[in-house]
Amino acid sequence: MHPSTLLLTRELPNLQYSSTRDRFDETWEALLSTLLGLGRAAGADFVEFFLERVNYINCLAEDDAITSISPRLSTGAGVRVFRGKADCYVSTNDLSFTGLKAALEKGLSILGLQLPAPNSYVPEINLELLRDYATKKGKESWLAGCSSMREMGEILLDANAQLKQKATHVQSRRAVYFRDWQEVLVAASDGTFARDIRLTQSVGYNLLCADGANRSSISKRVGSTSEPDFLRSWNYQTDAEEVAESAGKMLYADYVESGNYPIIMANEFGGVIFHEACGHLLETTQIERKTTPFADKKGEKIAHESLTAWDEGLSPDAFGTIDMDDEGMPAQRTLLIENGILKNFISDRTGSMRTGHPRTGSGRRQNYTFAAASRMRNTYIAPGNYTNEDLFASIDKGIYCKKMGGGSVGPTGQFNFAVDEAYLIENGKITKPLKGATLIGDAQEIMNKISMCSQDLGLAAGFCGSVSGSVYVTVGQPHIKVDSITVGGR
Amino acid sequence: MPSIDELAGYTQASAKRLGIEKFDIYGSSVDETSVQVDSGEPKQVKASNRSSVIVRVWNKDNTVGVTSTTDVDPNGIDLALKTAYEASFFGVKENVPDFSPEATAELKANTEATAPQAPVSQLIDTLIKAEKQLLQAHPAIKGVPYNGLSQRDLSRFYLNSDGAMRNEARSYTSIYLYSKTEQEGKKPRSAGAFRINRSLEQLDLQGCVEEVAEKTISHLDYEKVKSGKYRVVFSPEAFLSLLGAFSNLFNAQNILDKQSLSTPESLGKQIASPLLSVCDDALHPENIAAETFDGEGTPTRRIPLITNGVLSNFIHSAGTAKRFNTQPTGHANIGAKVSVSPHFYHVFPGEAASREYSLDSAENVIFIDNVQALHAGVKALQGSFSLPFDGWLVTNGKRTSIESATVAGDFLELLQSIIFVEKEPELTPAGVCPRIWVDNLSITGE
Repeated sequence: MHPSTLLLTRELPNLQYSSTRDRFDETWEALLSTLLGLGRAAGADFVEFFLERVNYINCLAEDDAITSISPRLSTGAGVRVFRGKADCYVSTNDLSFTGLKAALEKGLSILGLQLPAPNSYVPEINLELLRDYATKKGKESWLAGCSSMREMGEILLDANAQLKQKATHVQSRRAVYFRDWQEVLVAASDGTFARDIRLTQSVGYNLLCADGANRSSISKRVGSTSEPDFLRSWNYQTDAEEVAESAGKMLYADYVESGNYPIIMANEFGGVIFHEACGHLLETTQIERKTTPFADKKGEKIAHESLTAWDEGLSPDAFGTIDMDDEGMPAQRTLLIENGILKNFISDRTGSMRTGHPRTGSGRRQNYTFAAASRMRNTYIAPGNYTNEDLFASIDKGIYCKKMGGGSVGPTGQFNFAVDEAYLIENGKITKPLKGATLIGDAQEIMNKISMCSQDLGLAAGFCGSVSGSVYVTVGQPHIKVDSITVGGR
Repeated sequence: MPSIDELAGYTQASAKRLGIEKFDIYGSSVDETSVQVDSGEPKQVKASNRSSVIVRVWNKDNTVGVTSTTDVDPNGIDLALKTAYEASFFGVKENVPDFSPEATAELKANTEATAPQAPVSQLIDTLIKAEKQLLQAHPAIKGVPYNGLSQRDLSRFYLNSDGAMRNEARSYTSIYLYSKTEQEGKKPRSAGAFRINRSLEQLDLQGCVEEVAEKTISHLDYEKVKSGKYRVVFSPEAFLSLLGAFSNLFNAQNILDKQSLSTPESLGKQIASPLLSVCDDALHPENIAAETFDGEGTPTRRIPLITNGVLSNFIHSAGTAKRFNTQPTGHANIGAKVSVSPHFYHVFPGEAASREYSLDSAENVIFIDNVQALHAGVKALQGSFSLPFDGWLVTNGKRTSIESATVAGDFLELLQSIIFVEKEPELTPAGVCPRIWVDNLSITGE
């Protein structure tokens, strides 16, 4: 016998919801719990709604003019439906009850389910009290506290003027900034009900220098979450000096001679090596696809004993920091490798269900058009006991990779990444700049060749592209030595 | 998504209310479904129905502001117009974007090429069969970790306050398969293939499966390759990847921004071997995802880029064309700063070759099937590249897979070092191209 308060499906067309259009808050509870109940009544094992509102802007200064200010306003929702271990994800821009119901119905029908008959009861889904990270942490005022369009322009022009003073042989100067304000609400049939606001900002330089046939292009970006004052506090003088110095050194650099070398990778963005060579292979997405050699290696040694590594969402203001993931789970700190032993994987809800590894608050997505997947947050190699001098002293002939470009890893564990700024090491000393280096290798092999870690852990902002789109991440490491790696060049 | 007439109506009304006399809108709407499978079972089905528009408004000082939005009802458009108007006061004061002079020109190409979507169950069944076929092709093929079959209905429109109004609709269906091998004592290897056509019925599924199987199996007995300088043959896909990565050569906006390997004076210069000719051809009959007009409403067309090795044209927006004193070419992407990008390359032989080559009789030649990690290994403003690749060492016509290696060089030198452009073109997602032979490229292996 059902209580008389239970909703009958024939009453659905008469329902009136008063959820506010301009904010994702408690007013959405009734609408979402009805839809979740409807999905369960249709036979779905699990249903999840992800609502998103984005207020994005980017600004570009080229030489001495602002050439682009581009605001983007976006709203949308994604509904994920599970039946057994099969899942379906439907996204829409229509956040009305009718629009969300249509998306749900499409998801159900794809899985062979249909809405119950008109006189069926819709089970109540009791959502938890809204876990509102935005209100709790005072994020409501973040957007208003960010730089105005006028201020963005003024700061970027000042920054570009600074670069003009510092650099020589300049062909083009660019200062680039974006602010990504995102409000999300997650409601799921297991009772999850959580809201957050994220504020991600990044600013940096792209400098192109040319002298006859010699060219060098150097970029630098810094990024932050949860800091409305970020742009105002950008120390562009220091960054301008650094970028100008790097471009100057690389302008007349020789191309690297290809071969196998010991290398030292600088801290901060050097951490891209671990991100590509190992981090991706610890995502449960890779276990599901059987594309990681580490799938059954938990508790086993997979790396040199000098290596300990973390993935976490908690470092204050770091680029991959999140209070909750895109499935409503609070972020946490996950030990990946301890003294070479594999301790944990990076897992989202689906990955956990399909592989058995516990969720780690790592379900992330670029936006509402993607289903969440296991993704890295702030991922870094822990500091070791050596000094940088120890690392250099151990190399007779090798390469110092001071500034890394991007990289990728393929389905067989082969990885690669580019070096933007490199130097030859001879007898423990840096002797000359080199350009054109690409590092390639195999994940399993390289992890055992990271033999020395220095003490100077540094983090850097990055962008990571994978199955659920491009997400903000942090990479990091201290200076490390890799005993041998293939360096592609001319 | 409202109809274009409806959208134009309430945009006009909103603009009038806000005192905005000049504006334009570019928008698109997508209805798509995609499936993935794993070991004979559906893994994930995705469906999406979404739309977005970008509005540009000009204020009384004739500076322009832009806003994009996914909210296309009257309230959303109203907010977008207000935001764009606010942004317009920070818009550029020199070379301000304007309507394309061709935004109202007649469209000669067919603007509607649609096909009904297949049921999801049929997509899943089709992909499961393809996966099964691949797994049966060789005992070493243990999985197809990356796969997808998707179908998409896409409609686009452009309208402006001077009365331009055009739209088009396309359907297409595509499949990708990426298989992986496992052998005792050997590293895993993989290979992939992609096909696209108007509908599921027209899709070359069998060809896709056979190509993946053949490539994957051919990579089983891999060997290291000695580092050195080699004669290299680029597959159509590999060559188009490189051409795309260095497309700033042809891009008028990049040239004006000094973000190109070309300058305005490069036109008419010999930048490649006379054996090479390249066009950009959005309306090529093989281009399933053809666009008949660009983001400013300019009709697209075939543009010769390299003719017998000579740089013969740049690609333009309305703004760059004005600055170069020429016509727009239909390559604009609307935005606060209008950018320019190619549509679909058509690469073909230029001057007749004095000598022809064949992989069937090749000696010590590297055949590169695809290059990877272009985002990392290409220095587009320096002209250099250093890229990992999948490929084979071909000796006496026999192909031996290469374990892991990189190819490096300077793209302008590569273009000059082309020694043969084969006659037989192949269709790829980026265009139509034959195999290209290049001398003296650096390969790093062991």
